[in-house]
Amino acid sequence: MFVLADIKDTVRIPPWQFNVKLTDAVVEALNKKLANKVVHNVGLCIALWDITKLEDSYILPGDGSSHTVVHFRYVVFRPFNDEVVIGKIKSSSKEGVHVSLEFFDDILIPSDALQHPSRFDEREQLWVWEYMVDEEKHDLYMDVGEEIRFRVVDEVFVDTTPSGPEVSADSTEVQETDTKKTPYSLIGCINEPGLGLLSWWSNT
Amino acid sequence: MEVIDENASMLSNFEIYTLLKDIQQGQHGQKKPSKQQQQLSTISYETIKYLEKTPCKHQSSEIIADFIKALEPFKLSKAEKIQLLNQRPSTAVEIQLLIEESEERLTEEQIEQLLDLILNTLPGDETAEDCSGNEPMEEQS
Repeated sequence: MFVLADIKDTVRIPPWQFNVKLTDAVVEALNKKLANKVVHNVGLCIALWDITKLEDSYILPGDGSSHTVVHFRYVVFRPFNDEVVIGKIKSSSKEGVHVSLEFFDDILIPSDALQHPSRFDEREQLWVWEYMVDEEKHDLYMDVGEEIRFRVVDEVFVDTTPSGPEVSADSTEVQETDTKKTPYSLIGCINEPGLGLLSWWSNT
Repeated sequence: MEVIDENASMLSNFEIYTLLKDIQQGQHGQKKPSKQQQQLSTISYETIKYLEKTPCKHQSSEIIADFIKALEPFKLSKAEKIQLLNQRPSTAVEIQLLIEESEERLTEEQIEQLLDLILNTLPGDETAEDCSGNEPMEEQS
């Protein structure tokens, strides 16, 4: 689930923090910059693990701050492909089942990756696994809030850095660009024995 | 910012849990997040909340070291070991999920041994354990 990422960055320490020990100031600056953020093609950053190397600090003309190149390792949430993870069902829609891990919410199990055969209950807005035993059909509902075990099959990174203004010749009005992009999302599947709600597979 | 290696090594849930607990409580050389570090406090809180529901809450570095040593004869990959540690599977179905091609790589006795080992070396919070479970339970709804 979690990995360490080796990163190198230049940290700027403003003069009013010169009374703090350099390493402490750097730790704070790095955590402020990265904690709870997604770095493109790296994952969701959690917290600083350690500093491996501090290079010399420089003061640049016109700026009283010190600039230090820091090599450090950061704890990152990034499950590998095929990893099995346990989460909670957040909501369901025609699209599939959305799963949350408390600290990370952008997980979708698409409808074609559910147990087979499954159907969507329009009235309850829930997915149902039609489990067959002895020619008899049992409806296994996937309720919101239930714990679910799924396999990670894909990860999607979207670059959310703002791009330059789009030059549109035909319209002068400001276009609604409120479509929120998720920088990092996971695609899961539960179409294997053992996957799905935990209660399906425990005998207690 | 330059990413030198985005996957330098894998960590077990236990390691993250200890680190975040240290940060939250400001112990073992870690500093409590200051008022400006809202993001760090948030992510620590949420991640701890998730990890507290996983078996890593009961683990210690000694237990993990013993467990990894005991796993050697099974010839598992690092990712598989970490998953066993993080999830503490108690049924044969779960083993099949976590270990790739487990039918070919492990005999039935070995899977039994593995389950026994997990049950005996890794602490959990449940009282009764069941080692079978190939059939989904019927659910009343």
